[in-house]
Amino acid sequence: MATLAAENLWKYYGDLPALREVSFSVSGGVCLALLGRNGAGKTTLLKLLAGLAQPAKGRVTILGRSPRDAAARARLGVLGHGIAVYDELSAIENLTLFGRLYGLAAPRRAALEWLERTGLGHVRDSLVREFSRGMRQRLALARALLHNPDVLLLDEPFTALDDRAIAVLQLLLRDALAAGRTIVMSTHQLREALELATHVALLVRGRLAHFGERSAEMLADPGWLYRRYGEA
Amino acid sequence: MRFLRQSLTVAAKDLRSELRSKEALNASLAFALVILLLFSFAFDPTAETTREISGGLLWLVFAFAGTLILNRSFARELANDCLEALVASPIPASALFLGKALANLVLLVAVELVSLPVFGVFYNVRWTPHFLPLLGVLVLATWGVAVIGTMFSALTVNLRLRELMLPVLVYPMIIPALMAAMQLTTVLLAGEPVAGDNWLWVRLLVAFDLIFTALALALVETVLLG
Repeated sequence: MATLAAENLWKYYGDLPALREVSFSVSGGVCLALLGRNGAGKTTLLKLLAGLAQPAKGRVTILGRSPRDAAARARLGVLGHGIAVYDELSAIENLTLFGRLYGLAAPRRAALEWLERTGLGHVRDSLVREFSRGMRQRLALARALLHNPDVLLLDEPFTALDDRAIAVLQLLLRDALAAGRTIVMSTHQLREALELATHVALLVRGRLAHFGERSAEMLADPGWLYRRYGEA
Repeated sequence: MRFLRQSLTVAAKDLRSELRSKEALNASLAFALVILLLFSFAFDPTAETTREISGGLLWLVFAFAGTLILNRSFARELANDCLEALVASPIPASALFLGKALANLVLLVAVELVSLPVFGVFYNVRWTPHFLPLLGVLVLATWGVAVIGTMFSALTVNLRLRELMLPVLVYPMIIPALMAAMQLTTVLLAGEPVAGDNWLWVRLLVAFDLIFTALALALVETVLLG
């Protein structure tokens, strides 16, 4: 059984189709880099996969269940455009809150562990509004990984990160992959994404133009896929 | 039990956030006190007619000031896209809603309890003799306002004119609860106990709360996800 499957997805904004007939499936241990120009439909697709929006046609399954099913959501980690942590709460309060919402047995212990793993242990009691962009993004990633999800959906995870934050992020994602988790990430940072990806999908104006394993050409020349589909 | 725990987690988060920022609480409290002060210039506090309309006056102030708190309920989730993370989590939308409504109830009652002594001073009204029944009316009516306000806060959260739309949608819906609360508050402020025909208003408040709580819990998932 596929960990994550999209079948014939269509999504409209008004009369404009944002996604057209998108179908693919991925299994555990796969990192899918979702590529495409601005407006290609990457964020819309991730929202449908996360159950945050309903498709006009088609369906999504996470481990055989609808993404709106509570059991499926408990096994899903989502990091969208926003960091989705509260500025008025401290780092530890944010992670403990989400640990409780995900029904963890020891939310505070899990929160402390992830703060250490993301290099934020020393600022655990500081309010998030005092954090730099990189620290916020690391906290957001800790929030998404806190409950050890089987499927991780990441929207532009490398955006506005410095070298150190990118290295931390890549390390955490490699660990997640090694543990057999499934990762789908949309990105414009081709080099960083392709270093991690096992599979690559390219969306062109809402259609899935390419889906397959990452090839040697892509790694050697990150712009190769765009040129091949006339998107350079 | 798990549902209640999830709701309380959301309520505690909202209260903690609000107590740190005090954005809605300060605005609502200041608004209530200013309106009470301004109304006190318009009415003679010693006049009998002022006593007769005191319940109505008080609840109009609570309703106006309350929308400032209700507006922030879901709007505070827009910063950093926190609403997406809440909706993506495994808690039911109804638990999220109940948590937010509980937090709103606490904040609204807090504003009301601070405003009450000020009202007593400005309008020469003795509110202490029947404080416990008055507190009961406050909680019952405020729960109705909180439930409807939280629901419409969720519905209008993505609208550009949500600060305007929320009162326009909420006030007509809460008229039955406001009528009952005004009537009961006027009786209690006049120093009389709630008895006889006035129990009808209590029953109305309880029925209003039960019906709208059940409706909101059933509909909130559709409101949040379409």
